[in-house]
Amino acid sequence: MDPAKFKKINDWEWEIPKTGEMRVPGLVFASEKLIREMDEKVWEQVSNVATLPGIQKASIAMADAHWGYGFPIGGVGAFRAEDGVVSVGGVGFDGGCGVRSLKTNLTLKEVQPKIKQLVDELFDIVPAGLGSRGKILMSDADVNEVLKQGAKWVVEKGYGTEEDLQYIEDNGSIQGADPKQVSDLAIRREKKQVGTLGSGNHYLEVQYIDEIYDEKAAKQFGLFPGQIMVWIHCGSRALGHQIGTDYLKVLADASRKYEIPIREHELVCAPINSEEGQKYFGAMCCALNYAHANRQVIAHLVRQGFGKIFPRAEVKTFYEVSHNSCKVETHKIEGKMKKVYVHRKGATRAFGPDHKELPAAYRSIGQPVLIGGTMGTASYILHGIPSGEKAFFSACHGAGRAMSRTQAKRKWFGTRLVQELQAAGIYVKAHSMSGLAEEAPQAYKIVEDVVDAIHSAGLAKKVARLKPVGNIKG
Amino acid sequence: MYEHFPHEADIGIRGIGKTIEESFCEAAKALFNVEVKIKKVHAEKKVKIRADASNLSELLVEWLNALLAKASIHEMVFSKFKVKIEEKKGKQKLMGEAFGERLDVEKHSAKEEVKGATYSQLKVEKATKGKHKGKWIAQCIVDV
Repeated sequence: MDPAKFKKINDWEWEIPKTGEMRVPGLVFASEKLIREMDEKVWEQVSNVATLPGIQKASIAMADAHWGYGFPIGGVGAFRAEDGVVSVGGVGFDGGCGVRSLKTNLTLKEVQPKIKQLVDELFDIVPAGLGSRGKILMSDADVNEVLKQGAKWVVEKGYGTEEDLQYIEDNGSIQGADPKQVSDLAIRREKKQVGTLGSGNHYLEVQYIDEIYDEKAAKQFGLFPGQIMVWIHCGSRALGHQIGTDYLKVLADASRKYEIPIREHELVCAPINSEEGQKYFGAMCCALNYAHANRQVIAHLVRQGFGKIFPRAEVKTFYEVSHNSCKVETHKIEGKMKKVYVHRKGATRAFGPDHKELPAAYRSIGQPVLIGGTMGTASYILHGIPSGEKAFFSACHGAGRAMSRTQAKRKWFGTRLVQELQAAGIYVKAHSMSGLAEEAPQAYKIVEDVVDAIHSAGLAKKVARLKPVGNIKG
Repeated sequence: MYEHFPHEADIGIRGIGKTIEESFCEAAKALFNVEVKIKKVHAEKKVKIRADASNLSELLVEWLNALLAKASIHEMVFSKFKVKIEEKKGKQKLMGEAFGERLDVEKHSAKEEVKGATYSQLKVEKATKGKHKGKWIAQCIVDV
């Protein structure tokens, strides 16, 4: 996009002035370079979100923003509880998609010689790819409990520890989940999918910390140079997709019923206080819980896999964030604390220090923010800071695509990519070679640019950089 | 015939046919060819699909999403389709059949899972220009 289109607030904040039916301005947090590279559609979608009822302060897009469905990917919108709306487009087809980060007591030196063995083991025990099924066969009553209780339920069944739960957003069990609002079709599609990675851009990565930017925060987070970590990126699987599909219809009818003008179909929404709005919120929370449970089971499998190859391994949950969600939060708006429904579509929550929802061990620093890179580059850990308030304490979630899947497939072959990455010291195993080519590192924006923009914009502060040594693609 | 077209984060699918029905069948092939190599899928077992919507574009999304749901419930993939569309009381109704077999990741060269058919770049219309002039086009972006 042409930066001249925006009202430049400073080097890192670009305003889309309020025009026409927009209720608030748009605000993009990015560098001039990223703005230039950004899709024109982001402007349009940020502006569209700004027209929705009850939106507060600004319709926001992060540095990794790209063309999404209704909201841009990397979009954030907060809606007042009294007269705002909830929208499927603000959450996406994969409600609860997010990242679980595990920290270990192992170092790169110990793990590197056995990386092939480790990745092969994890590849065997973590189901992934098209149609993959998990090992937990649940009855309808069990599914109901997972939807209500999330990761808590699977921990009670022996998949993980109570300690894991402390380091998951909402302790892995979000309030407000109402399984009655989830269709039979969605439940039937669930079939043994708890504990499966899925495909597309979902992955499981073994990484090491190669640089620390903030020693105090790293120490408090229990991170050290050379430390082996594992990141699990996945979501709510077919059950979540069906919830998205089902409610796109319900909210389309609701938008007509409540006469809410919609500029793009996937922005369909319902007033928070309407029957339809509450139903969607209850079902969407079920997707979030299902995703927490899913990553919890995978984390447990990863722990077992590590134990087999490295008997002295201690694998603990560092943190888990959802980056496709709508959550009830309290934010300072026009000097007053207000209850809002914050939609984050491809954006991560980034609470500053002393927030009551943070685990006690991290509270003095702020929420860990997990920004995933690509299998060939780097991922980053940041922490939330007080100035993040201007974006409802949100940050970006990844590098963001720069090239279409079709283009990527034309440019790279999966097999050659595996060889190239291997030469660079990264052992990659994929369930689909064409899927792998689509996820080539070069098909994404430069993650450093995105992370630096978030850091410089004052949304979160850099703590550590992680480099991959092993990667499993779904 | 069917084809795929580029999208920044996901994939566009397009079915092209002499009739609306044919374009819907071809779009379904394009959909499953995102997930597997459909030429390797034997059309052994039949599954019935019903969908309705207020217009043809919405009907395409309903049809594709119904197929995805059936595929995941029956743990199948489909490669052949039959569709009949009727207008009844202002609604577009689709009666369809999908033929395929149980998903075999190796045999079918599984690629990636589609999360859903979206309304993005959604279009069902008769092409008035370009290489498909005079044919019906049924297309949308699918989220992977």
